[in-house]
Amino acid sequence: MLLEFVIVGTCVLGMCVFLAIVFVYMERKVAAFMQIRIGPNRVGPKGVLQAVADVLKLLLKEGITPQASDKFLFNFAPFIVMVVAMLALAPIPFALGLQMYDINIGVFYISAVSSISVIGILMAGWASNSKYSLLGAMRSGAQIVSYELSAGLSVIVIVALAGSMSLGDIVESQRTGWWIFKGHIPAIIAFVIFIIAGTAELNRAPFDMAEAESELTAGFHTEYTGMRFAMFFMAEYVNMFTVCAVGATLFLGGWMPFHVGHFESFNHIMDFIPSVVWFFGKTFFLIFVIMWFRWTFPRLRIDQLLTLEWKYLMPVSLANMILVALIVIMKWHF
Amino acid sequence: MRPNEEIEELLESKEEDFVINIGPQHPSTHGVLHLKVKLQGETVLDVQPHLGYIHRSIEKMCEASTYRNFIYLTSRMDYLSAHMNNQACSMAVEQGMALAIPERAKVIRILMSELTRIASHTLWWGALGLDLGATTPFFIGFRDREEIMDIFEESCGARLTMNYNVPGGVMYDIHPNFQKRVHTFLVNFKKNLPEYDQLLTGNVIFQSRMKGVGVISAEDAISYGCTGPVARGSGVSCDMRKWFPYDGYEGAKFDEILETGGDCFSRYMVRVREMYESVKIIEQYIDNIPEGDFQAKTKNVVKLPKGEFYSRVETARGELGVYIISDGSMKPYRVKFRSPNFSNLSALKHMAVGGKIGDLVAIMATLDLVIPDIDR
Repeated sequence: MLLEFVIVGTCVLGMCVFLAIVFVYMERKVAAFMQIRIGPNRVGPKGVLQAVADVLKLLLKEGITPQASDKFLFNFAPFIVMVVAMLALAPIPFALGLQMYDINIGVFYISAVSSISVIGILMAGWASNSKYSLLGAMRSGAQIVSYELSAGLSVIVIVALAGSMSLGDIVESQRTGWWIFKGHIPAIIAFVIFIIAGTAELNRAPFDMAEAESELTAGFHTEYTGMRFAMFFMAEYVNMFTVCAVGATLFLGGWMPFHVGHFESFNHIMDFIPSVVWFFGKTFFLIFVIMWFRWTFPRLRIDQLLTLEWKYLMPVSLANMILVALIVIMKWHF
Repeated sequence: MRPNEEIEELLESKEEDFVINIGPQHPSTHGVLHLKVKLQGETVLDVQPHLGYIHRSIEKMCEASTYRNFIYLTSRMDYLSAHMNNQACSMAVEQGMALAIPERAKVIRILMSELTRIASHTLWWGALGLDLGATTPFFIGFRDREEIMDIFEESCGARLTMNYNVPGGVMYDIHPNFQKRVHTFLVNFKKNLPEYDQLLTGNVIFQSRMKGVGVISAEDAISYGCTGPVARGSGVSCDMRKWFPYDGYEGAKFDEILETGGDCFSRYMVRVREMYESVKIIEQYIDNIPEGDFQAKTKNVVKLPKGEFYSRVETARGELGVYIISDGSMKPYRVKFRSPNFSNLSALKHMAVGGKIGDLVAIMATLDLVIPDIDR
């Protein structure tokens, strides 16, 4: 039992580091593509080792703890954020049969665990004893708590359609078609809201209030250096993966291949593609979309951000939920 | 209350105030500007700019230089309008010498000024995007600016501090490639300009960040001494090129851009539309550069008669005034610059108080501050 935990934990840790490195490289290349640049191209062929070099640099840097900070909380905060990011990976079905822990309340578990990260961020902001950090942390607290609502409500739409909270069952329910196609308009609305709210929960541009480098220099992690900063950084990318993976699982069928009605041979070819490729293909597509947001949109202002949530996304999600409940009761969905 | 006491009281902060120091090293101050900001939550209660971090006493140094040399110091004031600064100084000296400069030099000066204006505005546009959290505009802006910089480099030998103007005209003739390269630039730039609108102007988030933010009325703009796009964004007609045409601008056909909103979006639109106007001016002159001398014949040692001389130009940021008092020697007795950024900065508090921190950053971005020009 303990050995199993250790093995799984090591695998998750390895995957997190690997994912972070891949995403850093991907982000830099996507940014370069959007910004008429080449991007990293010196370290290794096409610059693929650039992110590895970055990690090494961060490992070797001095970790400074400010004198006036609350030392325990200051050092503890990055671990909370990182651990929470890793915990949320547990119930995600990566491929056919590759799921660490098919808990029967998987969706609920993910949204519960991922909202703990706000505690880590608040802790970091408070313990730094810096005004910029405090402002950043407060913003992030307000933001994550608000956007958790619409993210949760849009997830409920799929839970209602699939009739289960287990991610394994939800994927299984999409054997006949992905929910974004089967679920009529409510599923599409839920998908759009989920992506917006997910981006906001990740603190990524255009919702990167907590960092907002032109206003708060670096927000809650202003005072962090070296590996502790890298942990926040890594946690952000792992969270991005989680959000996109959940989005892909709920709306785009997870590892289910793409099938078209009665096209027998087409469906066979689609089945031939391994399920892990389907899952990561969909997840990376969503990650690309989120990166696309970041490199083309300017940032919202904090009050506009909260207005968007409470005045637009929340009511729409609630109405959407009622609509989907009606659809499920009347059995209008496929 | 004496004015000093009032300032002291403002600088003094009470225990319960949440005061943050934005700058002198901060990503959005574009240099070493130091803003003491009093906050309540996210709302700005007070803004107090602290100046002097990059004061180099340019005016005093000018008094120690000859009339030919002091022009070059002014490139370091508003480094994004280096050519216009030099032009203003040259004009003041020419006024003292009662010197008429050749037609060719005038046209070259106009072309260079307008190219500088475009280069400055593209950089502003990119930096504005950066301040609002969008990084891509910066690279788009720099792509076009880079092309202008190459043109400058070819003709003037320098990319930023061009030092191209001398009393009596310009230092060298334009490079033989100049016209060809400007034509290429114009073709590319006109193709690229709609991209600017696609990326920022039409964006919903951008508009909500800009519209109704940092409003200043025309009266206030005048009373704070705002000039350039900041005043024109409030509907104050103040384009020196129209009001007091200099160096051949009287022949140029262009419109003075006026917006009436007075908010950040109006200031933004003024600058974006000004780029189109600058293109129009360049197009008028690029094929009609008159033949002749590029510099009037002057003596090696320039001496101005006793008296006072004033010239003003429209830089990319507003009105730059150069005031010279001469005692008849080869060095100015006193030099005073009326720099546009200093006056524009003074309106910052009026615009920012009551807004959010994000608004403060947006307002600073649309004021288009160049800090070395404020401190000099």
